[in-house]
This record gives sequence, C-alpha cells and structure tokens, in this order.
Amino acid sequence: MSGQPASARRVGMEVSIAVSYAVQMARAEAIAAYPITPQTHIVEHLSSLVANGELEAEFINVESEHSALSACIGMSAAGARTYTATSAQGLALMHEILFITSGMRFPIVMTVANRALSAPLSIWNDHSDIMAARDIGWIQVFVKNGQEAYDHTLMAFKIAEHPEVLLPTIVNLDGFILSHVVEALEFLSQEDVDAFLPPYQPKYRLDPKKPVTMGAFAMPEIYTEVKYAHQVALSNSYGHILRVWDEWAGLTGRHYRPVESYLTEDARILFLTMGSLTEVAEVAVEEMRAQGLPVGLLSLRLWRPFPFDALREAVKGAELLIVCDRALSAGGPGGPVHSEVRNCLYPLETKPATVNYIIGLGGRDVPPKAFHDILARARQEAESGPTGEFFLYGVRG
Amino acid sequence: MPEFTKLIHKYLRHEKKFPHVWCPGCGNGIVLGALIRAIDRTGFSKDEIVLVSGIGCSGRMSVYVDFNTLHTTHGRALTFATGIKLANPRLQVIVVMGDGDATAIGGNHFIHAARRNLNLTALIINNQIYGMTGGQYSPTTPLGALSSTSLYGNLEQPFAIAELAVAAGAAWVGRSTVYHASHLDQLIETAIRKKGFAVVEIISHCHTQYGRKNKMGGPADMLRWQKEVAVRLEKAQTMTPEQLRGKITIGILTDRDLPSYTREYRKIQQAAQAALKGGG
Repeated sequence: MSGQPASARRVGMEVSIAVSYAVQMARAEAIAAYPITPQTHIVEHLSSLVANGELEAEFINVESEHSALSACIGMSAAGARTYTATSAQGLALMHEILFITSGMRFPIVMTVANRALSAPLSIWNDHSDIMAARDIGWIQVFVKNGQEAYDHTLMAFKIAEHPEVLLPTIVNLDGFILSHVVEALEFLSQEDVDAFLPPYQPKYRLDPKKPVTMGAFAMPEIYTEVKYAHQVALSNSYGHILRVWDEWAGLTGRHYRPVESYLTEDARILFLTMGSLTEVAEVAVEEMRAQGLPVGLLSLRLWRPFPFDALREAVKGAELLIVCDRALSAGGPGGPVHSEVRNCLYPLETKPATVNYIIGLGGRDVPPKAFHDILARARQEAESGPTGEFFLYGVRG
Repeated sequence: MPEFTKLIHKYLRHEKKFPHVWCPGCGNGIVLGALIRAIDRTGFSKDEIVLVSGIGCSGRMSVYVDFNTLHTTHGRALTFATGIKLANPRLQVIVVMGDGDATAIGGNHFIHAARRNLNLTALIINNQIYGMTGGQYSPTTPLGALSSTSLYGNLEQPFAIAELAVAAGAAWVGRSTVYHASHLDQLIETAIRKKGFAVVEIISHCHTQYGRKNKMGGPADMLRWQKEVAVRLEKAQTMTPEQLRGKITIGILTDRDLPSYTREYRKIQQAAQAALKGGG
C-alpha cells in the first residue's frame, strides 16, 4: 500500500500506516530504523513511500537500534527533519543515545509502539519500555487511539523544532492494541499540513561554511549549567506544547490537554490512566455513572514535561484517585506513574487519597470489568486503609 | 518406532512445546533435526549440552529442545554463551542464531567471539532476510534483492558469513545448506567435537518473506535452488571465478589448531598461583 491518504475525510486504516502518512505529510527528510515488533509496519510503509518516490527522504535500515538513533543524530545534526520508531528492547538498546539526543538538543521525533521488556520475552503491550526511559529529557506524549497518534505525530515535529524548544519528542502508542488496529481516521490535506508545519529551520547545523562543535566534552565547571539549560528548556516547552495543541484545535476541532478529563464533574472518585487504557476506562466510567456512582476519569497525555499544575487542578474536589499503571517498578513504590502523581499532589493541603493498581502487563487484556473490580476494591481500601503500596490486578498464585 | 521418532522423543520437548511457530516448509526444522542427530552421534548427555539462542525465528529453537537452554536477547546470544563457557567449561555450549541476529545487531560480538576462540559451537542460519519481523533486508541480503525495506533492490553488499568467520580468526568454519541435510549433520557433529570456536553457516530459505518477494517459489523450489547453487569446496577449487559466480561453496573452509581460551586461561591461573607460592 502506498500513495497519498485521502485528505479531510474519514478513511479506515491501520494506525501504523496512518502514523507513517503523518511522517510523510510532515515531509520528514531522514529516517533510520531497525526492525522490531510491533513498530515494524510504520517503518516498512515509510520505506515503501521513500522507495516509490512519494516521500523525498533518506531511509536506512541499519544494523541495530543503537545505530538507528545514532544515524538519526547525524542526520539531524546535518539539518534534516528526522524520524525513527522503535519498541521495547529497541528502546532499551537506544538508551545511551536517548540522552545524547536530548543533551545535544536534536528535535528528532520518535514513535514508541509500547511493548513489555524481556525477560520473559514478550512482544505484547505494556509501558515498561518507556517508563524505563523516564529520565531521558525528551518531550513525551501518550495517545489513546489512532486519530491521536496521527495528530500527535504531526504536532510533535512542530513542537520539537521550535527554536526555543529544540528537544526530541516521543509519541507513545500502545503496541498492537493501537499499532495494529484499523480505525476510522481523519487526515489533513497536504496544504493544511504545509501551512501548519513549515520546513525545519535548524538553529545550528553541521555546515562546512560555518563550522560548529557539537556534543563536546564538558568539564565540571560547565556540565551542571548545561543540564540546567536542558531542564529549563524542557520545562518551558510546556507553553509551546499548549500553543501548538491550540493551533491544532483551530485547524481540526480536536483539542488536546496535558491532563484530559472525562465525566469528572462532581466526581468524588477519579481514575487516572494513560494510553489506550483510557478508552476502556471511559466505557467503564460511563457504566459507573449510569449506576449513579460519582466516578470520573483523568488521563495523563503529557508525561514530560510533567503537567504539575494541570494535574493539581484536575483532582480538585476528588476524595479518591485510583492511578492505573501499566508498568511495575519492582522493589519500589509500585507503578512509576502513581509514584510521580503522588509526588505532584503531596504539597497540596487538600488532596485525594491515592491508590495504585497495576494492570495490563505484557499484553494481559484489560476489559471494562477490570475497572469495576478495581473500583470496588479501592473503595474498600479507602474505608479500611490501604493494604499495600500497590495492587497487581488479576495476578494468579 | 522409527529411529528419528526416537530422537524426537529423546531430545525435543515434544509434548509441551509443539506445534512450533515456524512456517510450513521452513528450513529451521531441518536444522533442528540435523542438530539433534549430530548431538546424538557425539554421545553427549542432554544435561551436558546448553543451547543458547537469540531473537528471531531461529531463536525459538531453544524452546523446543530438552537440553539446558537459554533464550536471550537479539544479537547477544554469543555473549551469554561466553559467560556460560567461562563459568563452566565442561558444558558443551551450542549457540543458534540467524543472519540478522549474528551479523547485524550481534556482528561485533560475532567477530570477537571468533577471535577469542572459546570452545563454542555457533550455528548461523542464513536465510538472507529478517523473517519474523516482516522481511526487511539483513546484512546477508544479496545486492539488488528485494525486501520490504528495499522495494527496488538492496543497495548494500552482503556479508559472506563463513568467510567473515575465517577472517575473524575462528578455529573451524564450515558451510552447508538445509538441502544437504546429511552433509549438515556431519558438519554440525564435527563442529561440536572441535576444540575451539566452530562456526557452521547454514544456508536456508525464508520462502514466506525472501522467496515470495524475489519470486523464488515455495519451499521445494528454494531447496532446489540450494541444490543448484551449492558447490563442494573441493570441486570449487577446480573452477574458474566466472564458473563460481552466483554459486555457494559448501564444506569445511578452515580447520586450525589454535590455543583455546579456556585452556590458556587455566595455564595463566596455574602460572600465577605458582608464582605467588614461589614468591611467598
């Protein structure tokens, strides 16, 4: 399959293919990747778009993910709009280069089709890959469906390349659950995308006419200041992210927020989810509301920079917050998301109690019933006190 | 009970782990058969054998055999095997990898394992493509061949795995095809018996990905292709470069006695201990 997607109308398409069209419409100029399930369809389709001359870009299938991101750095340093995609072990193998990308401020966009980390070997979805890369200094967004995957891929380039941002950006989409599903999607026209996303104008690039040094050795006298500059840039990217999302809303009517809320009015109990779990939780929360239960749903779209104020605002009035993690920080406080959420809420004088449920590891299916079970248990815990730091839902033995 | 069925019952986890995941007609089954026949001939007990595999279609092999097994990460099977052999040199460590596994992501480990000369047996199943992930070109995809990431032909020169192993210093290197099943049995048996790093490059076929994209037909056609392109090394020596174009030589490319790492390591230990005692 190749060619241009039909624009401005709804088409049925596999989400991975839609992401590759977003990259094509963004006019990415350079792509390097290594095959790994479940990211493969995105890169495969991009390679055919490039081979067919439908995307003017360099494409290289290198010998490992470490090489893929390294090659992307080279291409971005030369001034190209650069894209890659990976999953699980691939992201883990990139780990060294992830920090180098953000430390050197290359606005590379990457899709992570989230998948469980080995061992045991699993090709199925959870968030253990990206949660192990929490501190890489990239902008990180989660999407709940294919439309969001398309939208956020395009927006990621605009955010990342802003001269005051210049930070790499990851769009997380749940492996298989989203990457391999066929959805009805709306595309923008190429004209609209071109108007929204002009060509990348690198602030610095490797150019023989104007040589620069990149990634040089930093003595203790300067290292901390560079780290501080990175932190300030990532923190300040928040405003740029909101502006880009607002502009997108004007263009498409789809309005994104760092913390999304669903049926939260007068809710005394809130669930908090990320990624595709959000749509399942929406179904469950609708059912709970129909039963007259005062339950609402928050979903964390923006993971980095962490939306402290938005989250503090979103939990106002709630008595209980049930944080659903899709990764386990073994030997620690449980789920990494809960850990950060609790940290965010800690300074508040009035705040909901929080409980942490870890669900959907390694592709374990999470039906709406899981949220009903969790609600019942969490309410019991809220009354009689928590039974532990976290609860691993559905575990046998 | 036929002889081979007895071997299946003895060496495979046939009641637990089958059916296997490989496509009907895949060469991996022939390699698995050759492997257990070869191991049976060497006389090693099941518990003396460790089968280490990486990631990809070939990686599943460690799941199916009833030896000590370790299913590792993509490209790193040889490094895990290095640790096993150093910790317990009495174990017979056999490593199964694919071409992408051994020569792309694990290429660095492969050349250094060859150079280091630990007593390991490395089987590399070369089907010229990443089969499991959807048919992307690998380091052994021929120049100009089609794959899902080279729709108009591969631009990169392929590795010749066996020749690479020879150049990297492996003590013993052989190559055969899955068509030449009994030749393959002998090569694997000889490789296991060899003291030193022994590599068997096994030319196989992925009709599902490589064959389909390059119009090479089904499994039988691709086996026939292996029959047609394979030339015994002895015969190849009598042929001109023109006659050898497009052919694959099979046989033992090198067999040399090199100091094995574990033996040399033991010598150094003994010398160091003797020196310490002498000095004290």
